[in-house]
Amino acid sequence: MPQADTPESFYLREEDLPAFAAGCAVLGTGGGGAVDTGFLTAVKAIQQHGPLEVRSINSFDDDDIIVPLSGVGAPTVSNEMVSSDDDAVLIGQEVERLMGRKPAAVMSSEIGGSNGISAVPWAASLGVPLVDADGMGRAFPEVQMVSMNVAGLEVNYIVLCDVVGNVSTLRPVDGPWSERLARALCVASGSGVLMADYILNAAQARGAVIEGSVSHALRIGRCVQDAADPVAALIDLLGAARLITGKIIDIERHTGGGFVRGSVVVEGLGGDRGRMVRLEVQNENLIALEDGQVLASVPDLITVVDSQTATAISTETLRYGQRVTILSWPCHPLWRTPRGLEIAGPRAFGYDITYVATEEIAHVASIPA
Amino acid sequence: MSQASRPDHRDLRVGIDVGGTNTDAVVLNSANEILAWTKQPTTPDVTGGMRAALGEVLQQVGSEQFRIGRVMLGTTHATNAILERRALGRVAVIRIGAPATTALPPLVAWPSDLKAVVAADSIIVGGGHLVDGYPIAPLDLDAVRRFLESLAGRVDAVAVTGVFSPAFPDQERAVAELASSILGPGFPVSMSHEIGSLGLFERENATVLNAALYGVASEVTGALDQVLADRQLDVSAFFAQNDGTLMALEYAARYPVLTIGSGPANSIRGAAFLSGVEDAIVADVGGTSTDLGVLIKGFPRESSAAVEIGGVRTNFRMPDIFSLAIGGGTVVGGTPAQLSLGPHSVGYRISTEGLVFGGRTPTLTDAAVLAGRGKVGSARPASWAEAKRALLLAALAESDQRVVEAVDQVSLGKADRPLVAVGGGAFVLPDEIEGITEVLRPAHGGVANAVGAAIALVSGRWEAIAPAGEGRRKAIDAACEMATRRAVQAGAAPDQVEIVELAEVPLSYLPEPAVRIQVKAAGPLGWL
Repeated sequence: MPQADTPESFYLREEDLPAFAAGCAVLGTGGGGAVDTGFLTAVKAIQQHGPLEVRSINSFDDDDIIVPLSGVGAPTVSNEMVSSDDDAVLIGQEVERLMGRKPAAVMSSEIGGSNGISAVPWAASLGVPLVDADGMGRAFPEVQMVSMNVAGLEVNYIVLCDVVGNVSTLRPVDGPWSERLARALCVASGSGVLMADYILNAAQARGAVIEGSVSHALRIGRCVQDAADPVAALIDLLGAARLITGKIIDIERHTGGGFVRGSVVVEGLGGDRGRMVRLEVQNENLIALEDGQVLASVPDLITVVDSQTATAISTETLRYGQRVTILSWPCHPLWRTPRGLEIAGPRAFGYDITYVATEEIAHVASIPA
Repeated sequence: MSQASRPDHRDLRVGIDVGGTNTDAVVLNSANEILAWTKQPTTPDVTGGMRAALGEVLQQVGSEQFRIGRVMLGTTHATNAILERRALGRVAVIRIGAPATTALPPLVAWPSDLKAVVAADSIIVGGGHLVDGYPIAPLDLDAVRRFLESLAGRVDAVAVTGVFSPAFPDQERAVAELASSILGPGFPVSMSHEIGSLGLFERENATVLNAALYGVASEVTGALDQVLADRQLDVSAFFAQNDGTLMALEYAARYPVLTIGSGPANSIRGAAFLSGVEDAIVADVGGTSTDLGVLIKGFPRESSAAVEIGGVRTNFRMPDIFSLAIGGGTVVGGTPAQLSLGPHSVGYRISTEGLVFGGRTPTLTDAAVLAGRGKVGSARPASWAEAKRALLLAALAESDQRVVEAVDQVSLGKADRPLVAVGGGAFVLPDEIEGITEVLRPAHGGVANAVGAAIALVSGRWEAIAPAGEGRRKAIDAACEMATRRAVQAGAAPDQVEIVELAEVPLSYLPEPAVRIQVKAAGPLGWL
């Protein structure tokens, strides 16, 4: 949860980046893409442009333009066809042309995973601050699963820039068309583009974005770095429930409809011996089940961490025998509204279950380690 | 006159494995029987140990040495050169892909000392392809030419890496041709599509390391040639590579980076051969640590995680090794209730410091002797104090438990395979291990790695991305054909090459369902 003590403004320095990247990975809930390349790009950007200012949404004037950015595409592609270093600048120029004024700040559309850490080089190359906020508070697999959509904002423009430098601007009539057209352009560009959508001003952003995400990710990374018992420290910071501590005994993955789907089974060790928890996965961890009973589900966050180091383990790197702890903790209240659940609740992913807040499944939180 | 005694019938082969501590050599005949073997200390220059080991086995086979037709070498020359930043060449790095990939320059995450030695200059030029083969930009040959012309005298080799070159290698070849016309024919050029798989930075890193190793490679091949000439052996030489297969000497000279990781691969293959099983867990127990690997259909299981070499991330396929800090020399301390077991080890000093050798340091070897698992040394455990015996037995129980957990981790829950125990400390392992059908302890287990080199097959790989629909079958056939051709190029008998591995990985987030196809073909060496 974003904290009350989130500052108006602070600077991200090179030495903050490992903690920030680790925090983005925890908020990735198993998906969101690996943070490695984004981390290296962020280091280069800060070495080149200096420390990056991070500002709360309240510190901006009402009509300041905020550009939400996210990289869209296939991980296999982005690991091979690495992006160019001026794609954010090209998008910034196009936004200025469309809106009649320079963008005041960049915001990550998705704090979880690679889009969280990559917002550092995007903002740095544009020479603007990064907003201490994002559009998800976590990672989600589909572009319409953003808080701006939950808040009822219209998609005014979609601006795409590919690795070659082609810039495309769309003015779609509604959400489904924006998805269809953006996807077609993304494919034509080799399945990897940088995208701005829901371009908004600071007044519109208030209440429509997840505030404090950047400082939250930084706090997560730091608490894990410094702790004698990293998992306990993480649980404490997040207000998380420890769903199970054990080892992975089964992983099933298959690809369908452009997503990695599958399930992961963790068998309890120590105090959890005799228990078994299954995770349902679609890029991100969606639902945790025990004996057919739901322990936690989207839009609440479910992350698998290393039981020793509390390092987040992504869906792609889960392996048999790993000693892991599954944590779940509450999502931003916006996702718990009827519209929030309609867009990113269990039914939006095809599960016929009714969402119950993770903290209301009381017996889970009391299970000893 | 029997065929075997005909002097021109060269049916023997020598396997040599240069390890961190020992250099082992074996001589095998065509029935794969071990005629001679030795274990010599590895020398700092590596070549000295090689010479001593070869000399020893040649002496053992005496006049039969002229029946030797082949020598297979597994060596740590390349690994050591990278770890010690020694004898590495200066490399000019060309990346084809601008304006894509400019977010990060080449070698960005390299350790600064290694980068200082290896990186002479770098450039990102226009070119490269999208995933579907559409060009990102035309190849900017003018920029490549200007860059190459600026290099004369400053570099020892060129490394070239293009976006999606594993699927579309033509631009890398064009750059290589230009390099030989400008820098001279035979000037060494590493092309990434011949070295690694998808994943630009990892493949580029491996390609640069390969280019930096040309000098080391010619040093080793030269030394081997010299050692063989000194012994008047007219044989063909092969190098072991990271997947447990062989490449011809000329091939090793071009792809030296592929020799990295051959040690564990040879050990696993050798253990399997000596025990006669094709699917097993292999435990190589040394003085300080135990390496566990998995043998699947005769080859080591490979790691799916990125492999770091000297601090550089690559996407090599290496044997998936789980190392446990338990070996014959592991020191036992504390009390049975508060036990300390490793990672400290007396190592090679076991023969003077261990209790059974009259020394004063309790070790796992002493515990195993006390429990009746082996007979080494001369001191009698019955004479030890009761408390010491209790401590040693508790340590052995703890060691057994760690082995069970490690076996569980590497076996992925499959409990239907045997475990092959090799290495000098193999007797420390119990005869029954949970999750294992039986523990096999083959003869000559101490030189399993040299045996692994001697029996290795020759392989070739190919990789492609194909649509999941109708084109898939055709793409798989084409990939198998390419892998087979590569195996034959590397020295395999054309009529005996088989596809030993075919992996299809579905790709996520792509518009059309697509699969990544990885094929490995392997076969025995063809006769000359």
